[in-house]
Amino acid sequence: MNFETTIGLEVHIEMKTNSKAYSPAPVMYGAEPNTNTNVIDWGYPGVLPQVNKGALEYGMRAALALNCDITRDIHFDRKNYFYPDNPKAYQITQAQTPIGRNGWLEIELEDGTKKRIGIEEMHVEEDAGKNTHNPDGYSYVDLNRQGTPLIEIVSKPDIASPEEAYAYLTRLRQIIQFTGVSDVKMEEGSMRADVNISVRPIGSTKFGTKTEMKNLNSFEHVKKGLEFEAKRQEKVLMSGGQIQQETRRFDEPSGETILMRVKEGKSDYRYFPEPDIPPIHISDEWVKEVKDSIPEMPDVRRKRYVNDWGIPEYDAGVLTQTKEMSDFYEATVAAGADAKLAANWLMGEVSAYLNAQKVELGDTALTPEHLATMIKLIQDETISSKIAKKVFKEIIKNDTEPKAWVEEKGMVQLSDPAKLQPIIDEVLDNNEQSIEDFKNGKDRAVGFLVGNIMKQTHGKANPKVVNQLLMASLKER
Amino acid sequence: MDYFKNDLTSLHESLVNKELSAEELTKETFANIKKRDQQIEAFLALNEENALAQAKELDQNGIDRANVLAGIPIAIKDNIVTKGLRTTAASKMLENFDPIYDATVMEKLAAAQMINVGKVNMDEFAMGGSTESSAFKLTKNAWDQTKVPGGSSGGSAAAVASGEVLVALGSDTGGSIRQPAAYNGIVGVKPTYGRVSRYGLIAFASSLDQIGPLTRTVKDNAYVLNAISGHDSRDFTSSSKEVPDFTKGLDGDIKGMRIAVPKEYFDEGVDADVKAAIKDAIKTFESLGATVDEVSLPHSKYGVPVYYIIASSEASSNLQRFDGIRYGFRAQDVKNLEDVYVRSRTEGFGDEVKRRIMLGTFSLSAGTYDAFFKKAAQVRTLICQDFANVFKDYDLILGPTAPTTAYGIGEEIDDPITMYMNDILTIPVNLAGLPGMSLPAGFSNGLPIGMQLIAPQFREDTMYKAGYAFEQATDFHKQVPTIGGQN
Amino acid sequence: MAISANEVKHVASLAKLDVSDAELEKFTGQMDQIINMVQQLNEVDTTDVPVTTTVTDAFDVMREDIAVKGTDRELLMENVPERKDGFIKVPAIIDESEEG
Repeated sequence: MNFETTIGLEVHIEMKTNSKAYSPAPVMYGAEPNTNTNVIDWGYPGVLPQVNKGALEYGMRAALALNCDITRDIHFDRKNYFYPDNPKAYQITQAQTPIGRNGWLEIELEDGTKKRIGIEEMHVEEDAGKNTHNPDGYSYVDLNRQGTPLIEIVSKPDIASPEEAYAYLTRLRQIIQFTGVSDVKMEEGSMRADVNISVRPIGSTKFGTKTEMKNLNSFEHVKKGLEFEAKRQEKVLMSGGQIQQETRRFDEPSGETILMRVKEGKSDYRYFPEPDIPPIHISDEWVKEVKDSIPEMPDVRRKRYVNDWGIPEYDAGVLTQTKEMSDFYEATVAAGADAKLAANWLMGEVSAYLNAQKVELGDTALTPEHLATMIKLIQDETISSKIAKKVFKEIIKNDTEPKAWVEEKGMVQLSDPAKLQPIIDEVLDNNEQSIEDFKNGKDRAVGFLVGNIMKQTHGKANPKVVNQLLMASLKER
Repeated sequence: MDYFKNDLTSLHESLVNKELSAEELTKETFANIKKRDQQIEAFLALNEENALAQAKELDQNGIDRANVLAGIPIAIKDNIVTKGLRTTAASKMLENFDPIYDATVMEKLAAAQMINVGKVNMDEFAMGGSTESSAFKLTKNAWDQTKVPGGSSGGSAAAVASGEVLVALGSDTGGSIRQPAAYNGIVGVKPTYGRVSRYGLIAFASSLDQIGPLTRTVKDNAYVLNAISGHDSRDFTSSSKEVPDFTKGLDGDIKGMRIAVPKEYFDEGVDADVKAAIKDAIKTFESLGATVDEVSLPHSKYGVPVYYIIASSEASSNLQRFDGIRYGFRAQDVKNLEDVYVRSRTEGFGDEVKRRIMLGTFSLSAGTYDAFFKKAAQVRTLICQDFANVFKDYDLILGPTAPTTAYGIGEEIDDPITMYMNDILTIPVNLAGLPGMSLPAGFSNGLPIGMQLIAPQFREDTMYKAGYAFEQATDFHKQVPTIGGQN
Repeated sequence: MAISANEVKHVASLAKLDVSDAELEKFTGQMDQIINMVQQLNEVDTTDVPVTTTVTDAFDVMREDIAVKGTDRELLMENVPERKDGFIKVPAIIDESEEG
């Protein structure tokens, strides 16, 4: 029997607004426990929510970037459940009127095929606080994160393989990152994915029973977990068994998914319209305003790099993978660097450095201005590409102005024939045998002579100029 | 000083003329409360030290001639949070709870230089109509101490009616200001939804709750509503409408006012004496030049079930925050989280609160939502439309506040349906967000009868104008109860 | 009966309330009465009638995205039954949250 897989993803993304979704307390990552909270976040008796316009605006921005229809008349709903990190014992969310509906994004698989994945809906809601379990038999609650605005993005059942799920997440992160509404960092929890998966015999019109995995913290885990789960479900069905509706956990060491609990009926969250927040109408003007505020999306940039700057399609794709890289690239070009050389450097030396050091661009000392200056120094032959590597090592580690540094260190390339000719003459005078060899057609002799000249100039001689002068001198001898 | 012989204007006069200092007034008020409260049991907490300090400071700075409220003691219902002053909502759940911020109305009262003398009893979390569900005290009716004071703002009403204070704040979700005002023969106003900020009011039902004043006279009431009304950026449901001076236009002239009397407000459940008193009131209004017609509010009979579903649903959610984790009661010897939740809530809440939480939880459940919550919210629309239709042709609606006068303590507590039916005349006003007033309109066997005036949204001015005219034409408000042998 | 004792028990557990057997009978009876009263609503035709969930005249109310420093932690902690090192302390959670 052959099976087809259906995958659904619910992705939560924390938005980097200044203040919380329903209180004016600051949104900040990594502060001392319970220091960025107020009576509203704590659900003190008598407090009322205060909707943050910025959270709705960011939500709308993300919705528009994901090609959603914007719901014009929205209200909020309460989702009721008890948990220590949920102080009101309800989450204010948008159950009935999600801000965005019916969107899509396009994924690109490794073989280059493209596929459109539908987005069912996306809504604005609030994050919970953080509950740390301790072996002492207690949990410790920090409410700093409580009320941080979230968007939840729910995919349509269009994702048919773990590979597609991976591509969907990658693409989603890229788009959200370019909108500027979130840092989308899995490791800091600003992007979290819940996945569900079912399999069914090909041709069957009914979806199979779903299992889910919650709060996966890397794309790799999503992919591996789904791969395992698809196979597991197929095996169960092939052996005549049935899939239970259950929540499973991805176990990294074994690469397997492990049963956590079987779902008994649906959770009853007792949703109802939030009476403390009057309804909001989203006007045409507001939608337009938000639309106009959306930064250029990666696809548009990619096209621009190819068409305007002659960058190969693949390279343009790599450069637009993250907003950080793309912004850096554009700033480097704006600072006067040749677009192609800048692309080569970023994809070559810079990427290699970042991979080796396991850091991000922002963690290094490199600035677009310094990189551009260095590239210009190469172009006008002030430095050789060999020296450039030394310069690069310096400017990525320290905030050093390359031109001044090159001069100070005496690394400026020797290109002046008037200065080079005497050195060449001297080397030739001392190596009669090599001149002889050259005349007898032994090309190797040239390499030997160049090496000697380089040695004399401590590697600073411009190889191109040396070559020209040397060949002319040899002919004269 | 005797509150029975004074109103805000006369007391203000005495304070301005220095016949009486704010400190003396405050001291006498506390002395009086301590004496009368032995019978009435209205107060849960006294704010003596702070109140006296505030009064002294006022005396030093001089009483502002233009501010009739300066230096006047006020009692606060115990579901309004007062920074540093114990606020319990009459629940064991909050027995030891000291708020860390002030409700907006408290800020406004402080700005008006009123003196908070203490917190008064109520039904637990404002759920009830007799103040008997308080976890702490049985407050008595000012007119007959074997009768309930009504509720949920029973402490507020009894404190004013017994002359302990001249003014109190209450809250009204389904009649909780108007019904105890009626039972105690005083004036109680539930303002338009959104007129007064709910920030700092411990929520019972968010779409229905409003804070309002209880006083002995209509004009006093208007003064206090002036002080507590207005937009608040911390309550997104609060209205941005301008607040008029509600004491303006209290001139007794209501010629040409069009008053509607719903026939549904005279159903068989309403006592004969109550009906008779309201019919007399109608005659009074007619004699003052108003026209009075009978109208129909066909959906008003559904008000009670609609209210119980909506109020309980919202309450079930609002009261979930009382979980024993961040504040409030936590059960002893709890072993795990589930224990913290279940035991703290089971031991911390009283039966009436539990009953409503369960009804609300049931009404919002996935399988029952449409038949209960949604259905009730739809019928609520029809109730609102009924009022809108009447207000196309009328300035005011008039009827009884409660079907009966105050009943005996212990008589109805175990029969929720009968108790809920007591609210039948007040509930529709909350469902539609209208302003409503109860004012004295007669007596039956020595117990006060309340008349209710209902105005269109944000037309409290009409209600005050009519109430004042009626008060001037009658002397029900001049009668005072006998408390401890003195009056 | 419009509601069974089992349903009442289920509702109580959703609301994190414990109902003893004696109370269960009382609560079930009372809730049954209330629910019967509520059944009256079935006689009202509400086809195409919109819901009313708020009666405020306010609409489109939003706060600008400006952060205000958090409230002093000590003050917030004043009513906390158990705390440690700036955290709210709670007896262990046996079951994992349903939530993400």
